[in-house]
Amino acid sequence: MTLPKSKSTPESAVEKKPIPWHIVFFLGPALLIYLTFSVYPLLDTLILSLYDEQKGQSSFVGLQNFITLISDDNWSSAFWNALANNFQFFIIHMLVQNPIGLLLAVLLSSPKLRFSGSYRTFIFMPTMLSVVIIGFVWQLLLSPIWGISENFLYHLGLDHYFDAWLGKESSALITLSFISVWQFVGIPMMLIYATLLNIPDDIVDASVVDGANPMQTFWYIKLPLILPTIAMVSILTFVANFNAFELIYAVKGALAGPNFSTDLMGTFFYRTFFGFQLQEGSATMGAAVATLMFLIILVGIMLFLFFVQRRIQRFQF
Amino acid sequence: MLKARPVTLLKQSAISLTLVAATITSVQASGSLSIESWRSDDANIWSDVILPAFNQSHPDIKVHFAPTPPAEYNSALQAKLQAGTAGDLITCRPFDTSLSLYQNGHLENLAGLDGLNEFSDVSKSAWVTDDGKEQFCLPLASVIHGFIYNKAIFKELDLKVPATQDEFYKVLDTIKSESRYIPLSMGTADQWEAATMGFQNVGPNFWKGEDGRKALISGEGKLTDKAYLETWQELAKWKDYLGRGYQAQKYSDSQNLFTLERAAIYPAGSWDIQTFNDQAEFEFGAFPPPVVKAGDACYISDHTDIGIGINANSDNKEAAKALLNWMASAEFANLFANAVPGFFPLSNHKVAINDPVAQEFVSWRDQCNSTIRNSYQILSRGTPNLENALWNVSAQVINGTMSPEAAAKKAQDGLQAWYAPQQ
Repeated sequence: MTLPKSKSTPESAVEKKPIPWHIVFFLGPALLIYLTFSVYPLLDTLILSLYDEQKGQSSFVGLQNFITLISDDNWSSAFWNALANNFQFFIIHMLVQNPIGLLLAVLLSSPKLRFSGSYRTFIFMPTMLSVVIIGFVWQLLLSPIWGISENFLYHLGLDHYFDAWLGKESSALITLSFISVWQFVGIPMMLIYATLLNIPDDIVDASVVDGANPMQTFWYIKLPLILPTIAMVSILTFVANFNAFELIYAVKGALAGPNFSTDLMGTFFYRTFFGFQLQEGSATMGAAVATLMFLIILVGIMLFLFFVQRRIQRFQF
Repeated sequence: MLKARPVTLLKQSAISLTLVAATITSVQASGSLSIESWRSDDANIWSDVILPAFNQSHPDIKVHFAPTPPAEYNSALQAKLQAGTAGDLITCRPFDTSLSLYQNGHLENLAGLDGLNEFSDVSKSAWVTDDGKEQFCLPLASVIHGFIYNKAIFKELDLKVPATQDEFYKVLDTIKSESRYIPLSMGTADQWEAATMGFQNVGPNFWKGEDGRKALISGEGKLTDKAYLETWQELAKWKDYLGRGYQAQKYSDSQNLFTLERAAIYPAGSWDIQTFNDQAEFEFGAFPPPVVKAGDACYISDHTDIGIGINANSDNKEAAKALLNWMASAEFANLFANAVPGFFPLSNHKVAINDPVAQEFVSWRDQCNSTIRNSYQILSRGTPNLENALWNVSAQVINGTMSPEAAAKKAQDGLQAWYAPQQ
């Protein structure tokens, strides 16, 4: 709110603008909450990650925690494993969740579809359920002991494909990704659906008059108009996936078994910060992991903003 | 002090913290005590049987039993202690975990507590500093490993309780080929079952109990030795006798398979007796881990498992000490041993155990040599600690994703990396 000063203005200005108290008054509360609960914890985490705590004494160690995390064998293998798993988790969401969300949104927005309101509600329902419930239910469904999946596959004649998917190193992470996709597919669907409804009918009508078939209408008219939403959905997926923790914790516990094959950055952070089994937790090392998670997400978003977001055209109707 | 810092982490930690916070109890009023414990299975016994008995002699002290699930206990407790919200009494894991809590100033030195006189030095050894001078937890109970079996199924298939390994596998083969029952009820999803009910259960017969355990600590023995290799080879054989999809089978699944009479033998800790008494509608018995060949000396894992100490920041230390002294009494020992069968009191009082299966377990003390789990004392002080490594490799050996040789090498390499006597 500074006013441009001209060079000729004398130092002792006679007329001062009164301090805009009303702006302070209106912004203050929100700013205070934001500073206290968002900025301060974040900065404090960054600072904490530069310390080490031994027997209750904390000392400044610079970047040593990060060097340990990336180079020490005990830490680095777990860290890279969690990061690689996290990318796999993210890629599965991008390749499965978002295309299915898009498809469902397009189907739902079709004016000929009956009961579209009911479908919308049912598909969105899992998103509103607690992750703990989702984890528990799917664990029971897929259980080789009590579950119904084997019987279900038997009726389809596919029972020899059944396996203890959640218990095998090769399939546990993929299975958990699919459970997560199933739960959250409602979010991209809703966002894209809302955008599709916003496309004015006259544009679509015009394309029909021009002789476009439904596929062409979708590819050349609708898709370009919903691209900004798809971009936003991708960013949301990225952030949510790299913060993911609850589902893995609910289904596989903090050990993210078997043999850490379902370990994500979130569970890795949890074990580091709170400890597990007989391993003691370390607040400083945990802060270092949290800082790296923050940086990964930050870099991801910046790359996205720089290379993708700037090139997307927005249309005003 | 750094103690307020855990509250100020990123969003991720906020999620985890709420998980932990959900278990934090708010009973902190004066004249009342709260007990932190991982024995959520026994919560009703504490509140209905043990604590009312305590209140008969100490009516003015209100005690609240606040358990956390076992897998989360250590981390939840640490977070609570750091945040200053932990209960007055802390149930202590044996050896290094509690020692480090004491060294970090979270547990009170129990010097001068009268009740300590009721325990032998061996019982107290799990909760004392390395120089043997400072006692920080009062011993509560030990647990014994073995196998629990369904007597009805054994009768139906005309099976005899196995004493040697050959007999053990003959029994398993018979169950597998001649019935629809699952021979062994164990899963690897939770990992600790593989290490605790598997490795630490059958292992002492191979590494000769205390001899092998002490050799590991002194550095004379290595985890790549024949004894340990044979233990893992033994576990590798188990996978043919476990239920379908055992890789996704959790601890509670294993318990349920046994109590629903779908499995014949359950690799057990004596603490399971309590659960099975409640849930199983058939008769069950127990046998100790089979020896290699007939006539061999037998070894059992008789692990000093539970102690109880006082939170150094408690406002009610006098009341807490009164409770600890009562826990050292003969009255408590009798009450506890019979209310929670499978936990065997460690005090010097003579205790009559009524539960037949618990009697069987405790009778092995006379025939066999006792030892404790080899990863608990000293060997879990470094990174990677041995207990964690054993969970991981034992589960992988049973899953068939790692050979016994590779398991031995990985465990030994991890220990060698930080433990000087092994280098």
